[in-house]
Amino acid sequence: MSQAAVIHTNGHPSYLDNTGKYKGLRSWIFSTDHKRIGILYLTSLLSFFSVGVLFGFLIRLELLTPGKTIMDPQTYNSIFTLHGVIMIFLFVIPGIPAAFGNFFLPIMIGAKDVAFPRLNLFSWYLYVSGGLLALISILLPGGPADTGWTFYIPYSVRTGTNVLPTLFAAFLLGFSSILTGLNFITTIHRMRAPGMGWFKMPLFVWGLYATAWIQVLATPIIGITLLLIVIERLFGVGIFDPALGGDPILYQHLFWIYSHPAVYIMIVPAMGVVSEIIPVFSRRTIFGYKFIAFSSIGIALFGSLVWAHHMFAVGMSDTGQFVFSLLTFLVAIPSAIKVFNWTATLYKGSIQLDPPLLYALAFIFLFSIGGLTGVMQGALAVDIHITDTAFIVGHFHYVMFGGTGVGVFAALHYWLPKMFGRMYNIKRAKVAFWIFFVGFNTLYFPMFVMGWLGMPRRYYDYLPEYTIYHQISTVGSWILITGLIIMFSNLIIGLKRGKKITEKNIWGGETLEWQIETPPIHENFVDIPVISSGPYEYKQNEPEYEEAETENGSKRGEGR
Amino acid sequence: MSLQEHAAPLVSGTQEQAVHPHRDDIASRMGMWLFLFTELLLFGGMFFLYSVYRFENKEAFHNAARELDTLIGTINTAILLTSSLTMALSIAAIQRNKKVLSITLQLINVAFGLVFLINKYFEWSHKISLGLYPKSDILLGMDKGEIVFFGLYYVMTGLHGLHVLIGMVLISVMTNFTIKNIITHENYVKLEAAGLYWHLVDIIWIFLFPLFYLIT
Repeated sequence: MSQAAVIHTNGHPSYLDNTGKYKGLRSWIFSTDHKRIGILYLTSLLSFFSVGVLFGFLIRLELLTPGKTIMDPQTYNSIFTLHGVIMIFLFVIPGIPAAFGNFFLPIMIGAKDVAFPRLNLFSWYLYVSGGLLALISILLPGGPADTGWTFYIPYSVRTGTNVLPTLFAAFLLGFSSILTGLNFITTIHRMRAPGMGWFKMPLFVWGLYATAWIQVLATPIIGITLLLIVIERLFGVGIFDPALGGDPILYQHLFWIYSHPAVYIMIVPAMGVVSEIIPVFSRRTIFGYKFIAFSSIGIALFGSLVWAHHMFAVGMSDTGQFVFSLLTFLVAIPSAIKVFNWTATLYKGSIQLDPPLLYALAFIFLFSIGGLTGVMQGALAVDIHITDTAFIVGHFHYVMFGGTGVGVFAALHYWLPKMFGRMYNIKRAKVAFWIFFVGFNTLYFPMFVMGWLGMPRRYYDYLPEYTIYHQISTVGSWILITGLIIMFSNLIIGLKRGKKITEKNIWGGETLEWQIETPPIHENFVDIPVISSGPYEYKQNEPEYEEAETENGSKRGEGR
Repeated sequence: MSLQEHAAPLVSGTQEQAVHPHRDDIASRMGMWLFLFTELLLFGGMFFLYSVYRFENKEAFHNAARELDTLIGTINTAILLTSSLTMALSIAAIQRNKKVLSITLQLINVAFGLVFLINKYFEWSHKISLGLYPKSDILLGMDKGEIVFFGLYYVMTGLHGLHVLIGMVLISVMTNFTIKNIITHENYVKLEAAGLYWHLVDIIWIFLFPLFYLIT
């Protein structure tokens, strides 16, 4: 029933064993193995994530009381800028494709590596240099950028803070993202195993494919736009600054032409992860495979045409506003298709409530709240009321953190045992989940309320009537961080001392990564598998799970 | 699209050693084309800015464009177009296993690029001597549309010049590869990729030339 009939991998060294010419750290940072690069990305992006969480924690702490709590306004501006830049450019955008995509995309399509392994390593170097550059700006005289992660003109050419390193960091990260996307598209087109037709690909691969196209098509625009600000700041060339004949609104258009599709770079791979987890833990074939696959492409298409809904309050023609509002409503359709298909898959499934599924369900719940509040903002009249309020902050944290962030956590709990051959403590993972989940909602839900009541976003100070919401929210941030600490310590302890696992298929998945050794061997497969069936073909009311765990795969091949 | 197809050697009759098992020329070309798309979009962003600003400042763009030297622009266009020919011929030569001819054509190609940049240097220094450079008092005293015109002129031709430079480096590396027999008549996909890049540089110039020099 599983995707490949026979896979022999016994007796080959795992990718974690050192067989190359380098030792120690160098065997990792010079490796072109997609699995090692995936882990390089994973460790670096989780490190940046923890820095981002720290900044978020500080923002919330500052907002505990009106007026000054722990820092002055300038520091506050820099901290929310860094929080945004780190979380967006260093964590959520590269997050799932660069870490889990690198590791599992070639395995899932039955390939030994990506199409351009050296380019893959190069893109990690770009990523790390970008990340370090963003952090270095903190230490330079002048202080870190205080523009917000959007770098709006004209403030970003006039402020005395270190905008240049941050801008250049974002440029490098964009370049890295382009190269990853280019690599994935070529890999998916050229390296699928025999029999792996487009509609036999796992949905995670479909998600990565759609994402890769957005990366390739949208990122160059932000690249040139940020570069133009760099040039404008360095040489005083008139491009966007109104004093030199430029048009700042044009900057905003160019910025959002990328940055809105980037939202889908962030969310679509997470949706792919959820589409993998749901069928495995409900032991059912995914409902509406093709609809989910095409809705990823649909999101990529519509998502490229809605950017100006970030600018309803900026000034645009009525026709423009109307069209962008309509398109914004339309983009909800492919997202909703996915949500309904996931719930339909769960219906009458044999549900196994393990940590990966808990996170996947949390994704559906939180993403639905985030998505629906997004539709509210698509309505022109409502949007005028809530533009630049805490409502927006609540909305995108529900989508980005509740969506992509939780998607990363789901992927970690689902795939980490496969990647390292050790199991974390399931009970502790569940406890961490519930603490995280409660903390998350306590932290971000009050933002909807206070935003609706008029609390502006990014403000350092606020009127006393908002105090209670800010305090609930700040307490929520403490609960959430507690959950994160328990979750990550559990995972790290699991990696170091957890139960060793050698069975190939711990969760009973049907996709290819569960048919190979744990942890995977060098080049994944000894012989490239021949694909005979779809990725989620569970036969109902059969003890598939136990059978799938048996060592000899040939028995499973008969079904198809 | 099957695996056998791309894992198997794409060319029969290997010389000293077997073809690398991971070699896939089609994938290499696909990757290069995707990269060129991103380059087009990169310049696309600037062409977009150009068209919006031109629409907003018709008069000023018209006046400012008169400052540009059409003759030098035309010469540079001729140089780049010819260099695309030598590029294409160098690939055709290596396909026919004429190594020396291919190397010669590649070197001529790099020389064309160099002449293009030298012309550009003289053109820019002439502008700068006239005081037409960012932040100069003369430029700041002009109409705002003209400031933007020269801003775009320097950025777009400058970025294009940078691409010419990168292309020249790329082709020089390819020449070295050809001398070392890494690029041969059986394995010339690298040279092809460099050629595609060079044609891109050429095409972008074909659009820059009329937009800045011819429409006045």
